[in-house]
Amino acid sequence: MIETIGLTKKYGSFYALQDLNLVVDDSTVFGFVGANGAGKSTTFSILATLLQPTAGDAFINGISVTKNPQEVRRQIGYVPDFFGVYDQLKTDEYLDFYGASYGIKPKERAVLIPKLLELVNLENKRYDYVDLLSRGMKQRLCLARALIHDPKILILDEPASGLDPRARVEMRDILRELKAMGKTILISSHILPELAEMCDSIGVIDNGKLIAQGSVHAIQAQLQSEKVLRVKVMGDTHSVVPFFEMDPFVSQIEEQQDKNTIQFFYRGTEQDQLRLLQQAIAQNLPILSFSEEETDLEDVFMAITKGVEIG
Amino acid sequence: MKTLLTNPVLIKELKLRFRNLKSFTGILFYLIAMSIFVFGFIFLATSLTGNGFFRPDESFMLFSIMTYIQLGLILFITPALTAGTISSEREKQTLNILLTTSQTSFQIIFGKMTSSIAFLLLMIVSGLPIYSLVFLYGGVSPSQLFYIFLFYLLTLLAIASIGVMFSTLIRKTIVAIIATYGAMIFIAGVTAFFLLISVQVSQMGSGAPSMSPLAHFWASINPPAVLLTLLQPPMEDQLQAVTMISIPLWIGYVIFYSLLTVASIFLAVKKLRVNMNKYK
Repeated sequence: MIETIGLTKKYGSFYALQDLNLVVDDSTVFGFVGANGAGKSTTFSILATLLQPTAGDAFINGISVTKNPQEVRRQIGYVPDFFGVYDQLKTDEYLDFYGASYGIKPKERAVLIPKLLELVNLENKRYDYVDLLSRGMKQRLCLARALIHDPKILILDEPASGLDPRARVEMRDILRELKAMGKTILISSHILPELAEMCDSIGVIDNGKLIAQGSVHAIQAQLQSEKVLRVKVMGDTHSVVPFFEMDPFVSQIEEQQDKNTIQFFYRGTEQDQLRLLQQAIAQNLPILSFSEEETDLEDVFMAITKGVEIG
Repeated sequence: MKTLLTNPVLIKELKLRFRNLKSFTGILFYLIAMSIFVFGFIFLATSLTGNGFFRPDESFMLFSIMTYIQLGLILFITPALTAGTISSEREKQTLNILLTTSQTSFQIIFGKMTSSIAFLLLMIVSGLPIYSLVFLYGGVSPSQLFYIFLFYLLTLLAIASIGVMFSTLIRKTIVAIIATYGAMIFIAGVTAFFLLISVQVSQMGSGAPSMSPLAHFWASINPPAVLLTLLQPPMEDQLQAVTMISIPLWIGYVIFYSLLTVASIFLAVKKLRVNMNKYK
């Protein structure tokens, strides 16, 4: 379990992190979402015992990062957002070095390394030099490195940044596998869709403050006060626009002539929405479909960080 | 001891160092330069006398010059090898990962420092066959050579620990290297200057020699001065006649540089990682 209590990091008068209270339960995946510079990496650095908090504390499996950082290091696997690799070191030597750094015996390392390389799909790169691997491979290798001492908790800072779509899919599959293995994963991203489907819950951070926390659905629901409806008509869209304009809950109608659709914001309840559809049909409007646009996490994030009030 | 030698950082560093062609070419050029000097000296000495003999006193002179050259080499190369050990990891963005492993800060510093020292020792040892040429002609005792190597080892340790300390404290490698060279200039040059001044000051005034602990102090922390007393023991008596202090210089040297080494390593270990609990 990961827990932060009033975690604060201040640089002069600037708060990089302000009173962060976070709980990540065992065997869950927690997505940490925020723009660049919002405070994600600061939080992760404190959890990884690389940065000293100004106030508050963080606990990894109940162990304080400020009081017992050495024990915390044994409990976590950390992948930083930016990292380098050593030149002239081969993939298996790279893992061997870190295995030794965690005090794993040579015989155990010899068994572990092929398994880890298989997990991250790098078994055929075992004897290649690390600095010659592609970015995606390095990211996966770094993940294997973070797993070498079999930590219960993984702290992954932007593990998919800078990867091409294919590499991203591979990374996501590996993370899914780790989730299935029962790891507790704290993962950050400024790109949302890649997180949504695998996270049990997410936290949104902006300007050093946690502004929303909960399941993906809960956070989406918080934003349902204004949804987007899309109506597809047969023929010209002009024929239906006056009808929708009259409804008090409709705003910002947008016509897409080429697709024969209109799109607008709707503030009414589900009851109001039902009535609107019934009235439209009663008036014999040539409606082919009437649907709610899926708001994805990106919209949620944009809305939250723009200062839309939640709840 | 076993855990010290199986230090992961040490093994990794040695592996990287000896996979690097630069290390080998470095040793090669060092040996070539040394050979040219030694054989050139012998050639000149024998051809100038015209009889093909190389006298023991000439042999001792060659030994002395070589000893000073090697000291210069240690003072010159050690900062370059050690002042980048931690800061270059920081620049290559590999340090953060290293610091989140469960190795202690001492293990990391020890591994880094030992690997650099091992390379320097290899360099010195690889020069031994050329060095030992002087034994062919006599004039140098093996015990003298032994003490000089102990002197090298201590000097090397002290400079390496200063280099690693600056590398830990200073973010940029280039600044850390400059700072370490600055310390070298102080150790080898500024102390010699202070020694001369304090000798001058002590000889001013009455004309009768008076006790000068300051001059003795500067002499005992100046590597070339201490090396001179190791090569030419009578120099020690001459210096004692000036400073009126009869403690051999090497004692002060061992105490000062041992303390400096311990202090530098202590500081590097303390400052490698952030103190997570400082604010409490």
